[in-house]
Amino acid sequence: MNSETATVKQVALEKDDVGNFSFPESHKFDAGYGLTKDTIDYISKVKDEPAWVNEFRHRALKTFESKPMPTNWATKDLENIDFDKIRYYLSDGAQPKRSWDDVPPEVLETFDRLGVPEQERAFLAGVEAQYDSEAAYSNVKEALADEGVIFVTCSEGLKEHEEIFRPWFGKVIPTGDNKFSALNSAVMSGGSFIYIPPGVKVKHPLQAYFRINSENFGQFERTLIIADEGSEVMYMEGCTAPKFETATLHSAVVELVAMKGAKIQYITVQNWSSNVFNLVTKRGLAHEDAEIRWIDCNIGSRLTMKYPGVVMKGERARGEVISIALANDGQHQDTGAKMIHAANNTTSNVISKSISVGEGRSTYRGQVHIPKHLKGCKNNTECDALLINTNSRTDTYPAISVKGNQHVTQHEASVSQVSEEMLFYMQQRGLSETQAMSLAVNGFINDLVEEFPMEYSVELKRLIDLEMEGSVG
Amino acid sequence: MSLTIENLHASVEGNEILKGLNLEIPAGEVHAIMGPNGSGKSTLSKIIAGHDDYEVTEGRVLLDGVDIAELEVDERSRAGIFLAFQYPAEVPGVSNANFLRAALQARLPEGEEIDAVAFYKDMYAKMDELEMNRKFTSRAVNEGFSGGEKKRNEILQMMMLEPRYCLLDETDSGLDIDALKVVAKGVNAMRSANRGFLVITHYQRLLDYIKPDHVHVMADGQIVKSGGAELALELEESGYDFLKTA
Repeated sequence: MNSETATVKQVALEKDDVGNFSFPESHKFDAGYGLTKDTIDYISKVKDEPAWVNEFRHRALKTFESKPMPTNWATKDLENIDFDKIRYYLSDGAQPKRSWDDVPPEVLETFDRLGVPEQERAFLAGVEAQYDSEAAYSNVKEALADEGVIFVTCSEGLKEHEEIFRPWFGKVIPTGDNKFSALNSAVMSGGSFIYIPPGVKVKHPLQAYFRINSENFGQFERTLIIADEGSEVMYMEGCTAPKFETATLHSAVVELVAMKGAKIQYITVQNWSSNVFNLVTKRGLAHEDAEIRWIDCNIGSRLTMKYPGVVMKGERARGEVISIALANDGQHQDTGAKMIHAANNTTSNVISKSISVGEGRSTYRGQVHIPKHLKGCKNNTECDALLINTNSRTDTYPAISVKGNQHVTQHEASVSQVSEEMLFYMQQRGLSETQAMSLAVNGFINDLVEEFPMEYSVELKRLIDLEMEGSVG
Repeated sequence: MSLTIENLHASVEGNEILKGLNLEIPAGEVHAIMGPNGSGKSTLSKIIAGHDDYEVTEGRVLLDGVDIAELEVDERSRAGIFLAFQYPAEVPGVSNANFLRAALQARLPEGEEIDAVAFYKDMYAKMDELEMNRKFTSRAVNEGFSGGEKKRNEILQMMMLEPRYCLLDETDSGLDIDALKVVAKGVNAMRSANRGFLVITHYQRLLDYIKPDHVHVMADGQIVKSGGAELALELEESGYDFLKTA
């Protein structure tokens, strides 16, 4: 067709290549379908875990079973998750390789196609590549290791660095925080453990890539990042899965701890296929003068529920959530932020931009909590929604609980549409309808994307182009 | 080589707006359409551009002999039709430079990338002609622009895209005399043997600066009178009252 330009065609070809492919399964370890005490013991045995971890898992299983689905406030679609038809652990072994040369060919090819080794060479300080339940590869640049930076899988962290790991593990997000944090705590596998020693500023980002290859599978990575006093780190995660007929579950828990004056920036660009239930709990604890910033880009999935949070525990701590969600046909992005002010003069900032296309649905849930006994706290919340065509839906549920009168809070919300007039104008300049939509969407989020590292803003733009390509005639 | 409109009838929501309009704009010529408000002047330009609010019920538009009825808005653009809007839309968050670049990129064959250095050089040269500040490139398209800035921007886009046929819809509205001169300078610089212009205006003033080869008077969806540049002056003198008596 004449109206398709070079870039779009190229992108269309890549579309099939990006995440929607899978290799035949050849797992040595498979916990089978369903979740029982035996599943947990199987996982602990394969991982050769200390007893305290196994006990932790069993307690979590009880909590998981005792908690109802949160359908009193969340979507009833959650009831369509059949926990008996999911496999909770699939791997070829718990020990990641330190060199890509040792990674099995189909796994290497997977990550090659996703561009991971290439990015590692280009700009990353360390990489972990998880394939189903375990990391196939994990490595950190030697210079960083020499400075005492630890970047290993969570399983390695709890065994080999217990003295640093255990005091914070499960403290930011307790097992019983919600049903899915309990589920994760019962069957967690993979994810990262990172420790940055005092004063160390990691210049280049550390990256994890979470890849689901198998059908009827649940991925439950667990991540704990501790930035010691005055240190700085940027962590990025990317996620994809092939499109299967049946539902896939991804339920992660991510805990961040920023000690006095430390800075953690956590960036997510996820592009789940539209069969994935993505139910993730993310929270950070910011001590005195520390700063935690979540940049969260949610594209794809059937249902995403994710509300990154920051507990500002020390004076002058800062928390920030920058969130971009794109809900295409048949997708529901239920995202937001939690800002818990627990010390004087703490500052939080939430900027959320959602795009709903076709039958897509976006929901923003925000919670800001400032108790009465504090002074000098500030919160800024902005939620902007962009609707593309009349069927899409957006809801905003801000819950701002501010007690006392020595605080500054402001909340702004807007809903806008890509108007016919705007599209006609752009098309009159020669852009196809798809290109015009993509450009309008990229314009809508442009001020946020400018905050991203270059590599990720390019990636995000590409993913948005792909989504718009699929959604317009 | 011409943009030819043959017996064009068009309606919106059942109301006929164009009622058998005929007009030929050969490449190399500037045609002006004048007429009272509500005569269908602006509608004509949108219909030529392919706006889908309007239904063409009879007649056709030929671009160098080819009927463009089946072409989408963007295809018509790439085929060489440019519409300088009376009220250009805002595109929040998209910079002028990126917008222009995307529009030019859309014209390249598959696999070809625009040369960024040449693009900026070309754009800056044209911005200088239109007396536009360099900062303009990073501002979002038409967002917060004054009337004059919007019109200059339309002309800049026209100069960059180098269309075969340019439709200027009330480009003079909202312009002070200095801005009008600058805009006219841009248009005049583009006049060439292989480019045609249709200048739609309510006032003769614009035609002092963009000298038309032909002037047409439009009323009630048709061309009712045609003449040379002097017709515009006559209209300025005596107004459109003759339409009522005729």
